[in-house]
Amino acid sequence: MLKLEGINKIFNEATPDEKIALDNINLHLAPGDFVTIIGSNGAGKSTMMNMISGALTPDFGTVTIDGKDVTRLPEYKRSHYIGRVFQDPMAGTAPSMTIEENVAIAYSRNAKRQLRSGSNRERRDFFRTSLEKLHLNLENRLNAKVGMLSGGERQALSLLMATFTKPAILLLDEHTAALDPSRAELITNLTKQLVEEGNLTTLMVTHNMQQAIDLGNRLIMMDKGQIILSIDEAKKPTLTIPDLMSEFEKIRGEKMNSDRALLG
Amino acid sequence: MFAALFGSVEQGIIYAIMALGVYLTFRVLDFPDLTVDGSFVTGASTAAMMIALGYNPLLATLMAIVAGFIAGCMTGLLHTKGKINPLLSGILMMIALYSINLRIMGLSAENAIVKPNIPLMNSDTIFSQFQSFWSNLGIDDALTNLIKNTLGFQSAPSTWGTVLVVLIITLIIKFIADWFLKTEVGLAIRATGDNKRMIRSFSANTDSLIVLGLGISNALVAFSGALIAQYSKFADANMGIGMIVIGLASVIIGEAIFGTKTIFRTTIAVISGAIIYRIIYAIALRIDWLDTSDMKLITAVIVILALVLPQYIDKRREKRRKLKRRTERLGEQNVAGGNHLA
Repeated sequence: MLKLEGINKIFNEATPDEKIALDNINLHLAPGDFVTIIGSNGAGKSTMMNMISGALTPDFGTVTIDGKDVTRLPEYKRSHYIGRVFQDPMAGTAPSMTIEENVAIAYSRNAKRQLRSGSNRERRDFFRTSLEKLHLNLENRLNAKVGMLSGGERQALSLLMATFTKPAILLLDEHTAALDPSRAELITNLTKQLVEEGNLTTLMVTHNMQQAIDLGNRLIMMDKGQIILSIDEAKKPTLTIPDLMSEFEKIRGEKMNSDRALLG
Repeated sequence: MFAALFGSVEQGIIYAIMALGVYLTFRVLDFPDLTVDGSFVTGASTAAMMIALGYNPLLATLMAIVAGFIAGCMTGLLHTKGKINPLLSGILMMIALYSINLRIMGLSAENAIVKPNIPLMNSDTIFSQFQSFWSNLGIDDALTNLIKNTLGFQSAPSTWGTVLVVLIITLIIKFIADWFLKTEVGLAIRATGDNKRMIRSFSANTDSLIVLGLGISNALVAFSGALIAQYSKFADANMGIGMIVIGLASVIIGEAIFGTKTIFRTTIAVISGAIIYRIIYAIALRIDWLDTSDMKLITAVIVILALVLPQYIDKRREKRRKLKRRTERLGEQNVAGGNHLA
């Protein structure tokens, strides 16, 4: 479903600030795979997400989605195939527009936008049934401005908007990191539910090791622009945090240095 | 006095089309577009040039709209493809249009390349064409009689046809705008002004949406310019100076008075704002010690007041609300306490 082959990216090449962000990344996702990604700050997780979404293009290497080479496709064209939820709860929705209008925008992602009304009775019914899944009573507040919602509600809405058109790939970029623990749990459960329902091929970046272990069928660990550890479907169910720590020490010969990564 | 105010209502309704254009960029796209000062004249000069050359006024107005659309798209391209700051893109286009407008008007003269103005004194315009149809209906005489004899005003407007035709045009544009902003494309344009990153992740090309939005906005501005040129029977290279401020004044005054709860209401607010601005303008001109040249200063003061007063009023209102709430609560506590004692 998703293939990254030989991806390299260097920022500020040939200047004193040169930084190798991604170093020969190879990653294959089968349809329905749910891969969680962990790694300390600066490991290249977000850069990799941006490569897949098209916000950045690689220096070398190819990105293939569903058999199509999309390496040079700009972000707005690629997002036909990709649903994305950002870390910032404010980033995924338009605050001065209503819930219904936001959902309508997400709904018209797949086809070329036309001069026809973004919402009609049939669509509205579909929006309502989709919103019911969130259990936040948003289906009865279709005309409320999204800016009036709380961070957790907005993130839940973003998640729904990113998934309900069944994208080929779902990218979750630390999408629970900015929420308080109870809200984060709500979103985590919702993620599980929506991904399972849609059988979505998913990549999730997280700083929360426990979350990385609990969710998904595969796990990868990144460090210094490389994928240093890949846990497959067979081993994932028995994985624990100490396992991950000792694996890291074995590979890198040093203790894991990110306090944030430890605070699972 | 009645006739003078009536004239400013007529003009206000025409300027409302320009104000709707400004609303589209300034509020919906969140793009402070200064092209307006130039594209207003582009509309006026294109229409005036074609009318002077003997073309049908309707066709001339249509071409003015197209010219405005192109001008707006150019500003959009400067910003999106040239990566030039929005304000600067507009300013660059505005001064470029100044020269272009002189050239456009020059097309109407046989012996000159550029012309600073075109008078349309004896030419057919949209309004004169409508008037010849309207005056046969006899409605004007009836209304004039009503005003002079029954209501006792000294003067009456010479015709009601103009106000009717501009009102119909402006309302049609309002309803089209309301509908458009709810279409899939319209929603995407609004989201572009609200959250670019979000709308990009939903497969919308923000660059083309910005170009399209600026094009539509300046098409409306040019339409307004074309109508004003035909209304006042005159197009002039300098008639657009300060137009963006007038547009902003209309948007801000309207929003402050009528609110922005829905799009339907906001577009009504913008149109009313344009009319109210014209009325204030007309009244200010009647004050003896003010000169016509003071109008730019007055416009600036009106905009500043419209920006500052609502904040002040909101604060006062909230303070009063809070005070009321607090005294209510105190009262409840006293009642509760009294019951307890009893």
